[in-house]
Amino acid sequence: MKEIVIISGKGGTGKTSLTASFALLTSNSVLVDCDVDAADLHLILTPYNSITHDFYSGNIAVIDQDKCQKCNKCRQICRFNAIRRQPDEIGGEYSVNPLACEGCGVCVYFCPAKAISFPERNCGEWYISDTRNGKMVHARLGIGAENSGKLVSLIRQKAKETALENSNDLIIIDGPPGIGCPVIASLTGTDLVIIVTEPSLSGQHDLKRVLKLTKHFGIKALLVINKWDINPEMTEKIENQALENDVITLGRIPYDSVFTTAQVNGKAVVEMPDSDVVENIRSIWTKIYSFLK
Amino acid sequence: MKIAITAYGESLADAVDSRFGRASKFMVYDLDKDTFEIVNNSQNLNAPQGAGIQAAQNVADLGVEAVITGHCGPKAFSVLKAAGIIVYNTEAKTIQEAIQLFKEGKLTNTGSPDVDAHWV
Amino acid sequence: MKIAVASGKGGTGKTTIAVALALAADEPVQLLDCDVEEPNCHIFLSFNTEEEADVEVLKPVIDETKCINCGRCAEICQFNAIVNLKIKTLVFPELCHSCGGCSLVCPTKAITEEKYRVGILQKANSIDLEFAMGKLDIGQAMAVPVIKAVKALADNNKIVIFDAPPGTSCPFIQTVSDTDFVILITEPTPFGRHDLSLAVDTIRKLGIPFAVIINRVTAKENLITEYCRQQNIDIFLQISEDRAVAEAYSRGENLLQAKPQLKTVLQDVIIRIKNILDPGKTQGGC
Repeated sequence: MKEIVIISGKGGTGKTSLTASFALLTSNSVLVDCDVDAADLHLILTPYNSITHDFYSGNIAVIDQDKCQKCNKCRQICRFNAIRRQPDEIGGEYSVNPLACEGCGVCVYFCPAKAISFPERNCGEWYISDTRNGKMVHARLGIGAENSGKLVSLIRQKAKETALENSNDLIIIDGPPGIGCPVIASLTGTDLVIIVTEPSLSGQHDLKRVLKLTKHFGIKALLVINKWDINPEMTEKIENQALENDVITLGRIPYDSVFTTAQVNGKAVVEMPDSDVVENIRSIWTKIYSFLK
Repeated sequence: MKIAITAYGESLADAVDSRFGRASKFMVYDLDKDTFEIVNNSQNLNAPQGAGIQAAQNVADLGVEAVITGHCGPKAFSVLKAAGIIVYNTEAKTIQEAIQLFKEGKLTNTGSPDVDAHWV
Repeated sequence: MKIAVASGKGGTGKTTIAVALALAADEPVQLLDCDVEEPNCHIFLSFNTEEEADVEVLKPVIDETKCINCGRCAEICQFNAIVNLKIKTLVFPELCHSCGGCSLVCPTKAITEEKYRVGILQKANSIDLEFAMGKLDIGQAMAVPVIKAVKALADNNKIVIFDAPPGTSCPFIQTVSDTDFVILITEPTPFGRHDLSLAVDTIRKLGIPFAVIINRVTAKENLITEYCRQQNIDIFLQISEDRAVAEAYSRGENLLQAKPQLKTVLQDVIIRIKNILDPGKTQGGC
C-alpha cells in the first residue's frame, strides 16, 4: 500500500482540482482531504453515507463563576492573553476566551480557589464517506481550533486502516497550503510528494520553501506546473531550479477555463469531455503511477 | 527479563504494530516465566503531539529492558535510551515470531532511531 | 486603523490586493506580511529588505545540578515536551508551547527559560510605505509566535494593512484579531464560495466588521454575489478576470502597474472603511 500527497506551498495553484482528477483515474484507492482548515475536495467528490466522529484534542480552561474569587492570578499568569475580565476593572467577571486559550493548564493548576476546570476540547469532526470513486476520509476543523496537524494525522491513520480493511493499494492525500504544522503532518511517512505550482514569482518563491521542506523530511518529490503558458520563461526557470534540487517536472498544464467549468459542475477535469488538457492530466497521472511501482 | 512489544492485538498470534508512539497496545513479555500481560497505550491515540515521547515514558515505567517494534522515531528513542532500554526493530509478522527471533538473538538493535522526526 | 486582508481559500488575490491597497493609500501606511509560512508581498515591492531580527520564543532548560527528578514539570506539561524518568528529566523544545508552567512548578528552581529561534523578521522602508514581514523557519511547526512578532510592529498612527495567511485556523485568527476591519478576497468558483463561508463564520465569531472583494470575475452576477446577498454582506469591488493581469502578476508586477485605474478605486475602499468605522466623521470621496 502506497501513500502519495499533493501539496503546493502557494494556494490557488490547482492542487485540489488535480487531486480530484488523479483520484478519479484510479480504481482502488482511498482519498484523504488533509486541508482541514478549508476543505474543498468534497465539492467535487460529493461524499455520501458519511459516518461522523467528533474530534477531541487537548483541553480548554473554563472558569466556574460560583467559585471564582476574582483574585486576578489567572490573568497575570496566562501567557496567551486568554483570560477576559468584563468589565475590565476590579470586580469584573472573569472568563476564558476559547479562541485564545492554548490549553496549557497553567491557570487551572495555580487557581487558589480551584475554580477552573479543564475539559477536553471539541475541535471539529472527521468523516469516513463513500464517493463515486471509493472511500474518502475528510474533516472539518472547528472554528478557531488549533491542532490541525493532529487532525491531519488522525485522518491519515484512519485512511490507512480503511485501506487495509478494503485491500486498497493506494492512499491519495490532498495536502494543505503552506509549510507549517498541518503540511508537515500530511507529508511525513508518505512514499511520494507531488508539488503543484504556477509560473509566477510568488509560485517560484513558495516552491523554494516547499522543496526545502521535502528535503528536510527526506521524501521524493515530483513537480507539475499548472497554468504554464501564463509565463513560459518562468516555467522553464522553475523546472531548472527544481532539477537542481533533484526534482523532475512531470508535466505542464496550460491555463484552461475547463478547471472552473468542471468545478462549477461538480466534476473533476478528467470527467469533462476529452480534450488536450484532459489527455495531459491523464498522462501526468500515468507517469506518477509508474514512480510508485 | 521483561521486554515490551508494540501490539495490534492481545494474543501472540496477533501482528506487531509497526509504529511505536501510536501503537494501541504493548505486550509485556516475561522471558523467564514465558507469561505476558497487555498494557493499553490508547491515551496516546488522542495525544495532540508527542505521542512517541509519552509512549516511551509509559514503557519506561513498566520495568522492561528492551522494546521490539516496527519503527521508532528519534524523540521516543532518546527517551528509551535515557531510561536504559534497548530498541529492536523487526519486520516479523506476528508477536510470536518476533519473540522467537529475539530469543534466538536474531533481531538487530541499530543503536539509533530508524525513522526521521515526524509530526504525528 | 488596522485592516486585515484575508481569504479562506488560497490563491484568490489576497497579497495582490493588500499590496495594491497599501500603494494606493495617499496617507502614511504600513504593510505587514503575516503569511509567515509563505510571505510574498516583498516580491511586488521595489526595495530590498533592510533590517533583520530573529523571532524567538522561550523554551525550558533544566539545570541538572538542581533537578531532583520529582516529575512535577512533566506532569503539568500538556504537550509532552518534558519527560520524567526516575534518573533523568528530558526536554523536547520542538513540542513546547512556551506556557511557562514547568518553570513555575519546579520546587528547586531548576528550570530557566531561554530564547529559541523559530523565525525571522525583515523590515524595509521606502518613500511610499513602511513594510515588514515574518518568515517561519523551515521545519518549525508553529506560525503563531512569528505572526505575533510581525503584528507587534504595527504603528497605530498609520493605516496598517495586514496580509493574512490562507485558511481559517489559528494563524488566520491570530492575524485578524484586534484589527478594525477585515476585507475578504474571493473568486467566483465553488471552492471560493465554500471557503469564503468558512472565513465569514469565523470572523462573525470574532465580531469584526468585514466586507468582500471579488477577484477574477467573468459575470457581474455570480456565485459570490448570490452568497453575499443571502448573507447581507457588503461587496466593495469586483475585479474582472484579465489574462494580462495574471501575466503581469507572474512577472512580479503589482496590480497598480497592471491596472493603474484601480488606484482611485482602492483609495475609495479605504474611505469607505473609515466611514463604516466612524460614521459620524464622514470622509470625502465617492
